[in-house]
Amino acid sequence: MIEALLVMALGAVILGAALGYAAVRFRVEGDPLVEKIDAILPQTQCGQCGFPGCKPYAQAIAKGEAEINQCPPGGDEGIHKLADLLGREYKPLSAEHGIEKPKSVAVIDEAACIGCTLCIQACPVDAIVGAAKQMHTVIATQCTGCELCIAPCPVDCIRMEGIAETVDSWKWKYPVVALRRVA
Amino acid sequence: MTSYLFIILGAVLVNNVVFIRILGLCPFMGVSKKLETALGMGAATTFVLTMACGASFVIDRWLLIPNQLEYLRTLSFIVTIAAIVQLTELVIQKTSPVLHQVLGIYLPLITTNCAVLGIPLLNVSLRHNFLESLLFGFGSAMGFTLALILFAGIRERMEAADVPVHFRGTAIAMITAGLMSLAFMGFAGLDKYK
Amino acid sequence: MIAQLFRFKGGIKPNSHKDESTTQPIKLAPLPPRLVVPLRQSARAMARCIVEPGQDVLKGQVIAVAEGPLCTAVHAPTSGTVRAIEPQPIPHPSGLPAPSVVIEPDGEERWVERFPFDIATATPQQARDYLRDCGIVGLGGAGFPSHVKLGPGEKGIQTLILNGAECEPWITCDDRLMRERAAQILAGAAMMRHITGARRILVGIEDNKPQAIEAMRQAARELGEKEIGVVAVPTRYPAGGEKQLIRVLTGIEIPYGKLGTHFGVQCFNVGSAHAVYRAIAHGEPLVSRIVTLSGNFERPGNFEVAIGTPIRDLLPLAVPRADTNRYIMGGPMMGVGLQSLDVPVIKATNCVLAGSPTLFPAPPPEMPCIRCGECAKACPAELQPFELYWYSRAKIFGKAQEYSLFDCIECGCCSYVCPSRIPLVDYFRFAKAEIWAREKEKAAADTARERYEFRLAREEREKQEKAAKLAAKTAAGREKAAAALAEAQKPARTPEEEAKHALIAAALERAKAQKEQAHPENVSDLTPEQQAEITAIEARRAEIREQAKPHLRQDD
Repeated sequence: MIEALLVMALGAVILGAALGYAAVRFRVEGDPLVEKIDAILPQTQCGQCGFPGCKPYAQAIAKGEAEINQCPPGGDEGIHKLADLLGREYKPLSAEHGIEKPKSVAVIDEAACIGCTLCIQACPVDAIVGAAKQMHTVIATQCTGCELCIAPCPVDCIRMEGIAETVDSWKWKYPVVALRRVA
Repeated sequence: MTSYLFIILGAVLVNNVVFIRILGLCPFMGVSKKLETALGMGAATTFVLTMACGASFVIDRWLLIPNQLEYLRTLSFIVTIAAIVQLTELVIQKTSPVLHQVLGIYLPLITTNCAVLGIPLLNVSLRHNFLESLLFGFGSAMGFTLALILFAGIRERMEAADVPVHFRGTAIAMITAGLMSLAFMGFAGLDKYK
Repeated sequence: MIAQLFRFKGGIKPNSHKDESTTQPIKLAPLPPRLVVPLRQSARAMARCIVEPGQDVLKGQVIAVAEGPLCTAVHAPTSGTVRAIEPQPIPHPSGLPAPSVVIEPDGEERWVERFPFDIATATPQQARDYLRDCGIVGLGGAGFPSHVKLGPGEKGIQTLILNGAECEPWITCDDRLMRERAAQILAGAAMMRHITGARRILVGIEDNKPQAIEAMRQAARELGEKEIGVVAVPTRYPAGGEKQLIRVLTGIEIPYGKLGTHFGVQCFNVGSAHAVYRAIAHGEPLVSRIVTLSGNFERPGNFEVAIGTPIRDLLPLAVPRADTNRYIMGGPMMGVGLQSLDVPVIKATNCVLAGSPTLFPAPPPEMPCIRCGECAKACPAELQPFELYWYSRAKIFGKAQEYSLFDCIECGCCSYVCPSRIPLVDYFRFAKAEIWAREKEKAAADTARERYEFRLAREEREKQEKAAKLAAKTAAGREKAAAALAEAQKPARTPEEEAKHALIAAALERAKAQKEQAHPENVSDLTPEQQAEITAIEARRAEIREQAKPHLRQDD
């Protein structure tokens, strides 16, 4: 009995020492996983996931503190990608965090704008230009459609507009398979 | 010399660890979605299994048997394997973060991979010497890798195929694995040419 | 001059249907009552409009200037009045409108002043800029700007290839052009050779156009140059594909990701050479082109058409048959179905094909792929279309790209030979569009990330600056107090100083009063709901900031 215990203890000590040495010798800095998750997230920085931006959400996912289905702008496809990357089970988008909407941009009704700068402070990507008591406007190409500027506006002069399809953004559609009629 | 060749060939084809012995099914089903991952997993398992066979032989022959502690075999093998897996993981994480990322949860799972425990135990019961143990471990791991790669290749194609809705995912994978297992039974005929 | 010809792999031999439209010489199409000139003439870029509605323009006057490297200028196709600058449908598979200039012709065809371009004294760069401002784009169908292709490339250009293969069935505009204007084409080619510094010119013409070959050979003989070779290439679709023609004529196989220029070869359509000649020798910008009207017409033929002529006004020239039910711009293999007849002829319009239920029947239903491999045999790009189809259909785009989806020239050979009648090219186009869209999205996300991180860094910096300022202020305040103490101990002020102080105090008082009056307007007169909303927002923002703190620290 004593022998058995001794042998196992000896084994444990030797292996433990080897592993301890390896842990020091092969230490890895940083977490490459966060970068990868962040690359999948759509970078709208909208905060709908409950975190103040895409990076914090990525960090939370990497730590296992957040589910992968909390990002409405990323949509179904984003969840699938995250599920693939992390080897987690796919889950449909959680309703409490919002629904997937078509991409849109914020538009300021410039006649109604009073120049309060509240929306400028709210915009996470600095896509609104203007100054105090000057009219504001959205740089449409930089707008991520996060809707964070809508709530702060005291005169409700900001609305979301769907991005219209142009010749440049038009995509070939998936070929529709014509079904043959049987009988 | 030929007996060594037969050990390897037998372990890879005739007694394929996945298809004939039905060991190591967890990583077989889990890490076979992509060819890349399958290759990485196969390489990691090959390394771990060969090392585990060598180490377990040493422990068994010079530690357990002299002290009449054969009943500790399973326990001590598992501890050794776990340590080797941890070591491998640390090394891979440092040298190839991508592979580490790709293997993900399955690398620690090698610890509890029944193939990795089963082959050293088989070594003992087949009374292999040290070299034979190593070759048997290596051959079995190659068989595992082969199965994984073949299966991953098929699954990659299946991803794009028109599988009936209710068969998609694990169901069709299980059926495919069964068919492959049947196919590998055919190698049993190699025995005749011994 | 060239003894040996080479072969490209794959290809098909459809019935070429050239005779229908080659019997008649090129006729001038009459001016329509309204011209619609899209500003998006070259494949990827939109020119910037410089005219206004109501303005009178002359034929050949610039109405839009080139912006960006892949853009060319656009000119008024005839004299008249600009009626509108508005989105109009353009010949594009989407059928979507794009900004166009609508011109009402005055019927007088008054030209702007034209000056021949002195190519002998000009530098190649000047010549290219001139061609850009003349709006010269490839007339073969893709509409790629010619001035870009005339650039020196990495190694310079040794061989200039003129593409007169015209391999698509039904189209004959290049055939007629070569028969009638061979000398001008070769003159244009010589000019392009001068610009690029190439040594020799090869003209590749499919051997089903003997008259065109003869006309071009005759013109070459008259020019008396040895370095111009007119070569009859075997008729096999798509011999007119750029890489395929280069392969047939020179034996050079252009690998993945490379262009002809990497091997010292550049390829131009014969129509483009003709346009270059008109631009340089006569100072005429590209305002018209030859268009084949063929297919289900009573009198098919070739017509010289002003750019911007609506297709609807063009059709009576060839008299469509009664059972015509659809029109295709381009050939039957690569053409685009027209969703509206109001779309205008653009620089890339080489053919308008009329179809009827008997002539071009609707595609039969798609059947499952049986993996026969016919498509791989027919593919001139040496791809495996069945694999590409497999992955495109399952939307596994990464794999499709691995199988070189982007080397597909969408020639349609695979769809043509497919026994299951699968519209393979439609799947490839879909996959390509999706991949492009994803890349665009990715780029947008990267910019957004960058901007967000910059904003975080800026906020952090501002916070620190504020803290530093505050610290400085407190320090200054302390000093001031010390100074005041010293002041008090000093003897009383002189009356002069007293007066100064009073003035300063008064100014301070005024400034303070002004400040109080200037009240931010947006926060006055708020309804209680708005006030509540602002408070809620403030609370939420504070909360988010609170949450962000640990993450921010981590980022540091």
